Amino acid sequence: MTAVKRSVKGTKKIVGRTKKDYVITACFYIILALVAAICLFPFLHVLSKSISDEAYVIANKVVLFPKGFSLDAYKKVFADSSIMRSLYVSVVVTVAFTAIGMFLTVCASYALTRKELKGRRVMTFLIMVSMYFTAGTIPDYLLMNNLHMLDTWWCLILPLCFSPYNFLIMKNNFSSTIPNSLIEAAVMDGAGHFTILARIVLPLTKPIIATITLFYAVGRWNTYSDALYYIKQRVDLRPLQLKLYYLVVSAQESFQAEGGVTGVLTNPEVLKAACVIFATIPIIIAYPFVQKYFVQGTMVGAVKE
Amino acid sequence: MNIKMKNRLYFKRTWMLYLMMVLPMLFIIVFKYCAYPGLAIAFQDYKVARGITGSEWVGLEIFKKIFTHRDFLPSVRNTLLLNILDLIFSFPMPIILALVLNEIRCKWFKKVTQTLLYLPHFLSWVIIGGLGYQLFSMSTGVVNILIENAGGSPIPFLQDDVWWVITYVLIGVWQSMGWGTIIYLAAITGVNPELYEAARVDGAGRWKQCWHVTLPGIRSAIVTLLIMNLGRVMQGSFERIFALMNAKATEFTTTIPVLVYRWGIEGGKFSEATALGLFQSVIGLILVLAADFVAKRMGEEGLI
Repeated sequence: MTAVKRSVKGTKKIVGRTKKDYVITACFYIILALVAAICLFPFLHVLSKSISDEAYVIANKVVLFPKGFSLDAYKKVFADSSIMRSLYVSVVVTVAFTAIGMFLTVCASYALTRKELKGRRVMTFLIMVSMYFTAGTIPDYLLMNNLHMLDTWWCLILPLCFSPYNFLIMKNNFSSTIPNSLIEAAVMDGAGHFTILARIVLPLTKPIIATITLFYAVGRWNTYSDALYYIKQRVDLRPLQLKLYYLVVSAQESFQAEGGVTGVLTNPEVLKAACVIFATIPIIIAYPFVQKYFVQGTMVGAVKE
Repeated sequence: MNIKMKNRLYFKRTWMLYLMMVLPMLFIIVFKYCAYPGLAIAFQDYKVARGITGSEWVGLEIFKKIFTHRDFLPSVRNTLLLNILDLIFSFPMPIILALVLNEIRCKWFKKVTQTLLYLPHFLSWVIIGGLGYQLFSMSTGVVNILIENAGGSPIPFLQDDVWWVITYVLIGVWQSMGWGTIIYLAAITGVNPELYEAARVDGAGRWKQCWHVTLPGIRSAIVTLLIMNLGRVMQGSFERIFALMNAKATEFTTTIPVLVYRWGIEGGKFSEATALGLFQSVIGLILVLAADFVAKRMGEEGLI
């Protein structure tokens, strides 16, 4: 990395920049600024819409900046008990899912990098097979039915919470970052493997632990297809993404809490905009943190998938 | 005696490792392997009340039935069409963006653009669907408002069949272009800086350096990703299409996963839906293995 930087600095000295060069550079900056603006624009627009005065939205006057100011739509979203309930479901499910998933992944990754474990090739192979050949939507659904997990919390937490893909990334990372001699020395000193895992391995592998935790959490937060398949009767178990699907995308459901809230909203567009922003905010808050580790994780995963 | 001692010592040192594997393997067996027997109903006239063991075996009858079903060929066509269009338009964008990003020297500018470019990757398809409807709706969508303000007539982005495909592909490009640059940027970092030095000494300008040094340097990453993506043309994201489909434009939206959902989860025709899903995953698996084989033959690392 430093070598690259050094040579870049050298560039300026060796080749004097021509006028044409500056024009091209400027073009690159403009292109990227435009592309980045396109990535940001949908949010700005929907955010503006959600906090604008309703009359301006109905008149199609809101493009990039809010016109008028009103938080009525958000008051309505927060007053809607089913939306708040789905937020609660999403939070509980994501936390439980990530905790269980991390426990399983860390255990499996550590144990399967230890050479003294007999049958580790077979076990790794069994895990890999389940990654490349999945039974499919309907067999999974029938399995959930047989396990009596349909319409329960468990169908959102357990089936996907051990991810072979995440396991693979972590295992490869463990085997390349932890010196074998260190663990052998600890074993010689009589330390148990759980102690070694907690005291030696985890502190050494904090970055990958953070990365995989976020892979699990963001993945769980965003997925909605399993809830769509498995949650049928128990409306109170709908996670936020599924709730949002019914409210905004398919518009099969209308908002609760009509009246009772100050300010009367008649336009569903403003409410929908507020809902989309409401569901996006948790990701945006976590984003600066998440982004860093996701980039690292993707690089690690790309080394050998 | 000696062997017994050895075994005891081995056990003493490793039993915790086996204990650690109990739960993960239990999860894999219960939630992955226990689902495989469910595939049997693709060869049965499955009745929920009778279960897998009590239902009648019908051989390949179900497959004959679905292959001649009027929705089958369109669903295969739609799956291939959307995936191939996706590949054509979504694949090159990250490469171009990575090459442009590589030319940017201003650090804060690079960081800000990358942060914005990666953002769509972190949103669920439901949110993207919601944003899509807010942007592209006929009467209230901001894009059509801008078009009308400029004097044009509104475009049925999500209501017309052909426009729906275009919108679907464009949203895919929007969602994936930034994130896709990461692998290429990593590959560019790996290019030996001496090569640039040598190219400059030979009088190569910016374009020539890009063409003769950077691109060959990331060739291997491009080829591997391209082959792997080709291997996935029979798969498809259910969540993406489901969040964008609507009742107005239906011609190209019924892909195989959507049909599986409709037949199985909505319609209760479990045998047909399972057979269709099995058909897709077998073809998909063959294509992935073939892609891996080709990649390895070309001297790349491959997937498996």
